[in-house]
Amino acid sequence: MAEGRVVGIDLGTTNSLVAYMQGDAPVVIPGADGLNLVPSVVALDPVTADGGRPTVTVGNTARKALIESPERAIYSVKRLMGRGLEEIQGELKLFPFRLAEDVEAGEVPRIQLGELKFTPPEISAYILRQLKRNAERFFGAPVTQAVITVPAYFNDAQRQATKDAGRMAGLEVLRLVNEPTAAALAYGLDRAKEGTIAVYDFGGGTFDISILKLRDGIFEVQSTNGDTHLGGDDIDNLLLTIALDEIYSENGVDLHGHAGAVQAVRKAAIEAKIRLSTESAAYFDIELPNGDRYQREISRAGFELLIEPVLERTAGPCKRALLDAGVMPEGIDEVVLVGGSTRIPAVRQLVDDLFRLKARGKSPHTELNPDEVVALGAAVQADILAGASKSTEELLLLDVTPLSLGIEALGGTVARIIQRNSTIPASATEHFTTGVEGQTNVAIHVVQGERELAADCRSLARFDLRGIPPMSAGLPRIEVKFLIDADGILKVTAREQRSGQAAKIEVKPTYGLTDEQVESMILDSFDHAEEDFAARLLIEARNEAETILSLVASAPQKPAWQQLTGEELAAIAAARDHLAAVKLGEDSAAIREATLALDRATRRYAELMMDAAVSTAMRGKTMDAAGEDLGEAITAPHPMASAEFK
Amino acid sequence: MLKILDTAVPIACWSCSIGHNESTLFCPHCSKIQPPPGGDFFQVFGLKHGFQIDLAALEQEFHRLSRRVHPDRFARAGENERQWSLADTALLNDAYRTLKEPLNRTEYLLKLEGAEIGEEHSGKDRKDPSRVPDDLLEEVFDLNMQLEEMRMGRKIGEDDPSLAASLQEAKTKFDGLLGAVDLDLRAQWQVWDAGDSTARMAAQSKMVALIDRRRYLSNLVRDVTETLGVQ
Repeated sequence: MAEGRVVGIDLGTTNSLVAYMQGDAPVVIPGADGLNLVPSVVALDPVTADGGRPTVTVGNTARKALIESPERAIYSVKRLMGRGLEEIQGELKLFPFRLAEDVEAGEVPRIQLGELKFTPPEISAYILRQLKRNAERFFGAPVTQAVITVPAYFNDAQRQATKDAGRMAGLEVLRLVNEPTAAALAYGLDRAKEGTIAVYDFGGGTFDISILKLRDGIFEVQSTNGDTHLGGDDIDNLLLTIALDEIYSENGVDLHGHAGAVQAVRKAAIEAKIRLSTESAAYFDIELPNGDRYQREISRAGFELLIEPVLERTAGPCKRALLDAGVMPEGIDEVVLVGGSTRIPAVRQLVDDLFRLKARGKSPHTELNPDEVVALGAAVQADILAGASKSTEELLLLDVTPLSLGIEALGGTVARIIQRNSTIPASATEHFTTGVEGQTNVAIHVVQGERELAADCRSLARFDLRGIPPMSAGLPRIEVKFLIDADGILKVTAREQRSGQAAKIEVKPTYGLTDEQVESMILDSFDHAEEDFAARLLIEARNEAETILSLVASAPQKPAWQQLTGEELAAIAAARDHLAAVKLGEDSAAIREATLALDRATRRYAELMMDAAVSTAMRGKTMDAAGEDLGEAITAPHPMASAEFK
Repeated sequence: MLKILDTAVPIACWSCSIGHNESTLFCPHCSKIQPPPGGDFFQVFGLKHGFQIDLAALEQEFHRLSRRVHPDRFARAGENERQWSLADTALLNDAYRTLKEPLNRTEYLLKLEGAEIGEEHSGKDRKDPSRVPDDLLEEVFDLNMQLEEMRMGRKIGEDDPSLAASLQEAKTKFDGLLGAVDLDLRAQWQVWDAGDSTARMAAQSKMVALIDRRRYLSNLVRDVTETLGVQ
């Protein structure tokens, strides 16, 4: 049976990627801009003149809006997934998330974006839909099934929110895979390794540590630990805070409230952070709204001192994971580094100390791009689930639940029913009875966490068992089965054993959307372009053709055009006329091919344009700003080829 | 009194309709996955009841069965098979988790054999004084005094090195007692596994007492470790 491909998606805090298994090796699918990374930024286009619903853009195009119209853009939304209003107060102080004014306690927070409001899963759904479209564009066929990765330490609500987002984007989520485990799969694929490995995954917003045992193609997770609110974002915030304070005290400019200006400073902070991974110092040079400049040098040593407390927060989870796995640091055969933050030398030093690597003549694995390795692993898992290929048929992932599951018992204590680090799927059966004569329902409060008191754990859901036949107190025997599935999500069933009646369960998730709410948020419901896949491909192909044709039409006015030979001009004219003719037809593949042909014919023109842009940019501009200009000048005429100019 | 019937009715395989009365995850005839069998954790692995287990063989069998039954293998199967795969794998994982760990295995088998073992959830009866083993009454009393003194001292910022040393000493002693309990338990495993029903009954009641003592001791050690650990 010819079933569609299953893709692997890394839905990251900072960047998202989609990958698939090409033969024996996983590869990342680039977007229309030729880039593998899709920034996890969502923006609302300005209101259209006809008053229609504004369109949503995702990725690199949306990133511009962060500075230009910050009230219409959002990033790092993963930090809000599956969390309640009272839990996100800390995030609201550090990130420019604007909560809708009418949000009430107990409901899923909604974010104000321009004139519209979105829940975090809806925002994530837009990112997922973009990745889905990138894959469909790449395959020329619909993609409806996916594996999506989540931080290993994500709780039930955060996992459910991610699954909801997939559904809203029109994807059947075949499996949620833990990010560090996915990374281990990507590494373990090409070598039949045996042994114990640790995956240290320090990303944009989350930190995970997982310890796995590899044997005969089975990846058995021994323990996992982490912090779902610890990542590169926290480092950026430290630099940002210092810069904002100094801009206030030294330049007398208060940027608080200037969202666009704050974003510009954040961008500079991120660039400084990245530079400090390879250089001994980095410079801030930012133009302020009043025309002044804020200039500052930050040394590697100063930076390391500043971020030490953040990095130190990863040590505790590592030690707890080792303890739970019953392994000494010396028992770890290999360490795999995942996530952009592991490029920081001080992070590598910390990992080296934690696992005593250098002392044992070892070094951590960094062969695969830390930004891509999770998506690659997700593609491997997608291939396993599709069951279609020889290269993955021997592989099997046995993952664990990161947090203990418990029920609130008398006195507010927690009766633990499934211990953390239990291999999933895992189940537990508990028996309940009534305390009052003729009682026909029982309320059960399920919590997740390691603390002794229910109030200190994460409330998952309250279940009302209804329809218990009226009997004397203590006589009914209600069997409740708790099952954590392979996605790490809880399912509950109940039965009254004396009467044999299946008790009705009313699930009230403490945080999260109901089924009906998710249904109403499915993006297709207001996205008419989804109606017909072929029609959409055609529209996209025509748009791309239109872009390149209009650029070629305006080219004769550019000096670069004059440098082309008669032969080159004739080739361009032929390719242009061919595309113009094909574009009128209905064959999207032919249009795309003709677009590529025109793209190839104009390549030398593009190079000449770039030379000109570089020399213009060099006059009085920083290299970075020039790069941005280049990005626009060059990617526009060559929608397919921009990656070559990166 | 309920009548016990030990002649099981064969279950017809949903796929090939051939009856099988084994407690099996797969049909012995057509190899298709079956709904979760009703047997105990030992039966999942085809093992007879026994306290001593070959852990390497258990792991190998766990991996072999996981490869066949895991939901990853049924991602695109029909709804029923997917549900059974999920339930069967949960059973397999629960069974492996219970059997591979000596204490869990001991408690589980004792319960299967009808021994009365108290449930313990999150240490809510940690402080139950009636459970103090007789031979330790005096020492436990002293230890609790010292623990209390240590915690009070900590609260006001005092650190008493001699008290800490004495607690450390107590911890070493109780760790040793724990080791002794484990050795006694292993000895009773052998008696039970090799013995007839009379020997088994005797071994069982000894194990119940040992488990009780072990829980008490490990809670004590945990208390001391926690108190010493807060530096």
